[in-house]
Amino acid sequence: MNKQTALKLTAHFILLSGAITMILPFLWTVSTSLKQLSEVFIFPPTLFGEEIRWDNYLRISDRFPFETYFLNSLKITVVVVIAQLITSSMAGFVFARLRFRYREVLFGLYLATMMVPAQVTMIPNFIIMRNYNLIDTHWSLILPALVSAFGTFLLRQFFLTIPASLEDAAKIDGCTPFGVYWRVFVPLSKPAMATLGVFVFMGTWNDFLAPLVYINTQAKMTLPLGLASMQGMYSTDWPVLMAGTVISIIPLIAIFLLAQDFFIKGVTLSGLKGE
Amino acid sequence: MKVEKRLSGSGAKMRGPAPAPGRTSAIKNMFHKDGTWAFLLLLPNIIGFLAFTLIPVIASFFLSFTSWDMLSPMKWVGLSNYVELLNDETFIKVFWNTIYFAGISVPAGIVVSLFLAVALDQNIRFKKFYRAAYFLPVVSSMVAVAVVWQFIYNPEYGLLNYFLSFIGITGPNWLTSTVWAMPAVILTTIWKNLGFNMLIFLAGLQGISDSYYEAADIDGARWHHKFLLITVPLLSPTTFFVTVMSFIGSFQVFDTVFLMTQGGPARSTSVIVHYLYENAFKYFNMGYASAMAYILFFMVFVITLIQFWRQKKWGVN
Repeated sequence: MNKQTALKLTAHFILLSGAITMILPFLWTVSTSLKQLSEVFIFPPTLFGEEIRWDNYLRISDRFPFETYFLNSLKITVVVVIAQLITSSMAGFVFARLRFRYREVLFGLYLATMMVPAQVTMIPNFIIMRNYNLIDTHWSLILPALVSAFGTFLLRQFFLTIPASLEDAAKIDGCTPFGVYWRVFVPLSKPAMATLGVFVFMGTWNDFLAPLVYINTQAKMTLPLGLASMQGMYSTDWPVLMAGTVISIIPLIAIFLLAQDFFIKGVTLSGLKGE
Repeated sequence: MKVEKRLSGSGAKMRGPAPAPGRTSAIKNMFHKDGTWAFLLLLPNIIGFLAFTLIPVIASFFLSFTSWDMLSPMKWVGLSNYVELLNDETFIKVFWNTIYFAGISVPAGIVVSLFLAVALDQNIRFKKFYRAAYFLPVVSSMVAVAVVWQFIYNPEYGLLNYFLSFIGITGPNWLTSTVWAMPAVILTTIWKNLGFNMLIFLAGLQGISDSYYEAADIDGARWHHKFLLITVPLLSPTTFFVTVMSFIGSFQVFDTVFLMTQGGPARSTSVIVHYLYENAFKYFNMGYASAMAYILFFMVFVITLIQFWRQKKWGVN
């Protein structure tokens, strides 16, 4: 066995044990969600119970408005993703391509807001929402998330790579700056938009702190908050709780597996911003 | 608001076209100017930025000098919130808990993810599978992860103590022990963020030219020489970036603690943001909580300054 093979085998060994550590908790979650309650407490743990109890999944909605949580999360996430794609691409285009005074100052100021911890703006935002009677509505989750400095930055970086000749050609053909944005830049930036889209989807779908602060009633809760409240009340009914967990993760895993390359590009891009 | 007006006006000054005859072409001209569109296209962002970031940042700074419970009138108290915080035993405890959390989870997470990234960079098979596996926890919500890990840490039927029993260790009651609760929270955090850091390292590794390694091979270097003398130094901008981002993230940790231990037992896992959350949304000490938010802001700010300073030194961007 030569040195190269030995190195690769070592690498596989490390990576595989790591991968098992990553996947095992998920497998166990699925297996627990299909067990009978009494089988959960058997020690040593078994992978499968005597019979596969699919009805745990049906029992979730007996106790909790799970479909409501799901639809709430879906609604908020879709609105936020679409809104951020529009607002971030518009602002990204302006900062990448339009010339006006104070552009760099304004962009610098906007970038600096990425540094501000959410906890600093959280309290005044709560007061604003309360003054406008938006507490316990989905508006309190949607409104602050309509624009994003990170999204603007990400799309600006992409727009900078689009050759100026395309822009000039469109202008000669009589395009307004908006025409250049809408007919040249937006169609060319589908991969970058998809990257931002999956990122925003993940962040919004998984957000816990904002729903925790703003939402009180069951009927308006998002999936993570609903799941957390469910855990608070039924912390002993593990199979049902695990079934809820599985359902809450599935959309993200599906999107991740479908759009894996975009996710990876997004992480890489967000990593590059520091360099 | 002033900024916006200057924006739209400045476009006209800079790129003023020849005076257009007739009204229609004046309007038409206006819509061919960068300044006009810059203003229109930035408008949603400017409104959102003012309403939910800039004004709140200023407002919470102001609030941090007041005493206010959202019911009785606001009272100006000067610096006394900050003075009180420095003498608040609970705040001092949650501050050190935050440092403990960050001080262990950041270095440990970076070392592990760096090793995994190096292993994955070996032109290896099943790369996509590994990448996906490590990314699963990253895409899962913290709530889901917390549910699963609470079960894993269960002292009677949890997986962790079951595995520990193989090597003859009787595991503790992780989440209800003042000693072990924090390490348990840290372990879960590392597990969840590993894939993210690994990917950033992987991108950094791919930026290192193969020629260095080839030259080292000719000189007969061993793998650990290559790792320590080529990979580690050339990767240091990436490592530094990951370190800074991880520190900023871990100073702001909340979900993990709130969901897994509620800060307990006996505040042994309570962190700054958890105490802030309790003060703001449980006891409605808005001024006191704002002062805490600004201390947090300061911590993040210092770390960011270090990042900028190092960037300049390395001369990148």
